[in-house]
Amino acid sequence: MRKLKTRWLQILTHVAALLPLAWLLWDYWQGRLIDPVREITTRTGKAALILLILSLACTPINILLGFKQVLRVRRALGLYAFMYASLHFLTFVGLDYGFDFDLLGQGILDQRYVLVGFAAGLLLLPLAITSTQAWQKRLGKNWRRLHRLVYQASILAIVHFTWLAKDNRGPLRYGAVVALLLIVRIPGIRKAISDARYWLKTRQKATR
Amino acid sequence: MGAGSKYRELDNGDKYIMIKINPSEITPEHVYLSRRKFMVGIGALLTSSLVLSACGGDLSQSPERSEGSGEGLSKGPQEPSPTPPTAEPGPDGPVFPTVSATTDELGEKLTSYEVVIQYNNYYEFTTNKERVAFLAQDFKTSPWKVEVGGLVHKPKTFDIDDLYKLPQEERIYRLRCVEAWSMVIPWVGFPLAKLLKEVEPMAEAKYVRFETLYDPDQMPGQKSGGYNWPYVEGLRMDEAMHDLTILATGLYGKSLLPQNGAPVRLVVPWKYGFKSIKSVVKIDLVEEMPVSLWMATAPHEYGFYANVNPEVPHPRWSQATERRIGEFGRRETLLFNGYAEEVADLYAGLDLKKWY
Repeated sequence: MRKLKTRWLQILTHVAALLPLAWLLWDYWQGRLIDPVREITTRTGKAALILLILSLACTPINILLGFKQVLRVRRALGLYAFMYASLHFLTFVGLDYGFDFDLLGQGILDQRYVLVGFAAGLLLLPLAITSTQAWQKRLGKNWRRLHRLVYQASILAIVHFTWLAKDNRGPLRYGAVVALLLIVRIPGIRKAISDARYWLKTRQKATR
Repeated sequence: MGAGSKYRELDNGDKYIMIKINPSEITPEHVYLSRRKFMVGIGALLTSSLVLSACGGDLSQSPERSEGSGEGLSKGPQEPSPTPPTAEPGPDGPVFPTVSATTDELGEKLTSYEVVIQYNNYYEFTTNKERVAFLAQDFKTSPWKVEVGGLVHKPKTFDIDDLYKLPQEERIYRLRCVEAWSMVIPWVGFPLAKLLKEVEPMAEAKYVRFETLYDPDQMPGQKSGGYNWPYVEGLRMDEAMHDLTILATGLYGKSLLPQNGAPVRLVVPWKYGFKSIKSVVKIDLVEEMPVSLWMATAPHEYGFYANVNPEVPHPRWSQATERRIGEFGRRETLLFNGYAEEVADLYAGLDLKKWY
């Protein structure tokens, strides 16, 4: 039963994660993108951020709800986030700036949000490379340490989003979610939550 | 239901005809038009006496306007000539010139009508550019009044039909958004100066302050906080009186649609798009520099002048380049959006970095 549940969750993850790309390609093919470069940039960026947040949500979901299966899709979520981040970056460098590095140099100097976004992407790169089980074994304890870089990456991604938006209320909402997901991980808070859960569980048993 | 709204219905009906014409008539790139064309189409021919009497001597090209339009039409290699307006104006309806060219004076292709009416920055409805048209579709533009007052000798409230009665000219302008994208739009309208002269500004009037309609029931974006609605914009008196500054009532030879700022909006082509305030209900001549909505919202990002300038970056992004909607890649942004010859004098001695 548990295995079946995991299987379905995995299928759902792959389908959902590929949906934004399929939708984008469909809209482009239908000629529905008025400013394709902008649309591809924003949509891949948003997909990357949402998937990154979902990958960050797996651990808290397990802590709060004891729903262990989500841990089985965490890597896929993270890798899809990296895929969209890469598309986002390539769109910016290639489609938007036509690989014109003079222009890009100027662009980056004038646009601090670009720098921050680039930094977030760079942090994700080693995580994507070392996402395999082989690397996990090779790095041992350090693997976990390395993969905590995702916290910094997500914070940088929020800063990137907030700085580029004309109206930053949307980005700040994403920021609040990320903040919550990080707060839940703080050891003291994490322990309090699991204690509370344990207490709830035993009480439920007792009243039954 | 006034005649204005009747016109709009007819107008909407023939929208598709215009869409068909546009792509098939694209002027080959090499056919550049040699000078800016402030052309007056059929509308002005019909009302040429009005043009001559109302323009005054300051508009250098006014006496030869009808000639100018003839010249412009014959220059296009793509006969047949553009379809005349199919909608007969009612007694009070606007008489709009048809689209007379397929490029601006720099040879830049017009942005298609479909795109112009589907890609709009109009925060009173939504911040989503592609949803404005949908949310604005039921916006009531008739009846509509524009109150012109403040430091003037003859304050007057104009009915939109009064404004439609003024001779409507075509002005093909580049529109450069502060977000670094741009379009080329064939507006229809009349110089703001014409309206301001009618109310006789006092000597103390140094600035013009504009206000958009405030009606949260019709404009859902005005319900959201964070902005100090209504939208306010301002121009210095000399900017407002400049011949390039127009009040637009239409585009592509038709009445404006709500998403483009119907029924009447400002167009100041050498400034970032947000200066060109939409759906104007109030124009006041004032002594002090007005504080625009964007100046109030983010003073370090948006100044009073907002002149298009590739050398002055927005605090968060570069303004050196822009993307013309419909193109991949970027092109260089021109100082004053390519209108430096006409407007640079206005800012002689002004530090454009300080007065952004």
